Amino acid sequence: MSLLSTPSQTVGPFLSIGFSALAVDALAAEHPGGERVLIHGRLLDGDGKGASEGVIEVWQANVHGRYASPEDPQNKPIDRAFRGFGRVLTNADGEFRFSTVKPGRVPGPGGTSQAPHLAVTVFMRGLLKQLLTRMYFPEEAANEADPVLKRVPADRRHTLIARRGADDALHWNIVLQGEDETVFFDF
Amino acid sequence: MSDLAAYESAYITHEDVIGDVAGYRRPYYKTQPEYLYPPYRSTIKRAPTRSLVWLPHTLSEITGPVFGYDDVKPDDADLTRQHSGEPLGERIIVSGRLLDENSKPVVKALIELWQANAAGRYRHDVDDHDAPLDPNFTGGGRVLTDAHGNYRFITIKPGAYPWRNHYNAWRPAHLHFSVFGIGLAQRLVTQMHFPGDPLISYDPMFNSVPDDNARQRLISQFDWEGTIPDFAIAFRFDIVLRGREQTFTQSTRS
Ligand SMILES: [Fe+3]
Repeated sequence: MSLLSTPSQTVGPFLSIGFSALAVDALAAEHPGGERVLIHGRLLDGDGKGASEGVIEVWQANVHGRYASPEDPQNKPIDRAFRGFGRVLTNADGEFRFSTVKPGRVPGPGGTSQAPHLAVTVFMRGLLKQLLTRMYFPEEAANEADPVLKRVPADRRHTLIARRGADDALHWNIVLQGEDETVFFDF
Repeated sequence: MSDLAAYESAYITHEDVIGDVAGYRRPYYKTQPEYLYPPYRSTIKRAPTRSLVWLPHTLSEITGPVFGYDDVKPDDADLTRQHSGEPLGERIIVSGRLLDENSKPVVKALIELWQANAAGRYRHDVDDHDAPLDPNFTGGGRVLTDAHGNYRFITIKPGAYPWRNHYNAWRPAHLHFSVFGIGLAQRLVTQMHFPGDPLISYDPMFNSVPDDNARQRLISQFDWEGTIPDFAIAFRFDIVLRGREQTFTQSTRS
C-alpha cells in the first residue's frame, strides 16, 4: 500500500448545515414496485435519551436484490428511479422515519444468499467515526441462514430485526448503549 | 443432467463468485480513533460498550450510492456566492485530491463541506456562541470530484469557537468534510485544520487519533501555487479513503 487513509472525525452538532441538501426520507418516491415499508425508530444514547442531530444513512438493494452501483456485477434489473440511498436526521426526541421498498436478496460469501436487509450508517456528535449496523425484516424465513446474522450472538440478533407495529409500520430503534444495545459491526 | 439443472448449477456457481468479493482493507493500527475517548466527553454515553461483530465485506459494503450533476450544481462549491452579498472574512480556496490507499483517484465522488463563519458561529439553532451571524454566509457546500479525483471549494476561513467539553475549550478553525467513496465501507467524515494553528494540539478530537503521523493528515497545507493574486489564498487537503484488497479472497472466516 502506498497511502494510509485519512482519520475519521466526528460530524459534531451542526451536521445539518452540510447534510440537509441531500436528505432523502422517501427512498422509493417513484415506486419501483415491491413491498412498501414505512420505518420508524429512535436513536437512543447511554442515558436512554433520544439523541437529536444524528443522521441515519440507509443503503439497500432494489426489489430484485441488485445495488444501483457499477460495483454490483449481478445480471439483475436496475430501477433507474431507485438509488437505494436514504438519509434522515433525527428530531429533538431522537426519532427518525423513512419509507422505502423491501429489498431483494443479494449474494453473500461462500455461495450464501443474504436475507433482505438495509445497511445503516449512523453519524452524530460524540461518535468519532460512524457506526455501521443492519436492519433486517420481521417474519422473514431467510433470516435463519443469513451469513451475517449467523455471526451475531443469538441473544443479540433481535436488535437487528425490526418489529411490525399495530400501525403496520416497521419499528426499529438504534440503541447506543445498555441492555438492548444494537449490534454494531467492525467493518 | 437436465437443461434446467445445468442452468441452475451454472447459476449457483456464478452467484458463488459474485458473493465472494474482495473487501476493503481494514484501518492500519492506531490510525483511526476508537469510539471511546473520554477526553472528548460526549463519547462516554455514545460509544458502543459491547463487542463489535466482525463483518465480512459483502456486496452490501463494496457498493455505495452514486451521485451526479442532479445532486450537485456547479455553484454549490462556492460558499461565498450563496447570498446577495459577499460574506465577511478571509476568502480561501480549498482543494485537493480524493484518493484511495492504492493511490487510485476516486472520481465523481460526492464531497460535502460545512463550517462556521469567520466569527466562529454556525448558522444553526443549537449554536449559542455569542458571536455574530453573517447574513451572507450559510456555511454548507458540496462538489463532485473530477476525472482525476480533484475537488475545489471557495469559501471563507472559519473562526475558532468555544465549546463546553472542558475548561476554556476552543475548537481550532476547521472545515467539516463528508466523503462518499465507491463502496459503503469507504464512507468517511473528517475535519480539516489550518497549518500553524496553536489550538490544534489542545483539541481532544484531533488528539483522539492515536498515531501522530495519522493526526498530521488532518492538517491542510498552505498552497502557494493555488493562491490567486488579489483574490484568495489557498490550502491543499488531500483525502485518502480505504483501498480495496488486491487479492480475490475466498471467504474462510465464516
Ligand atoms: Fe465544527
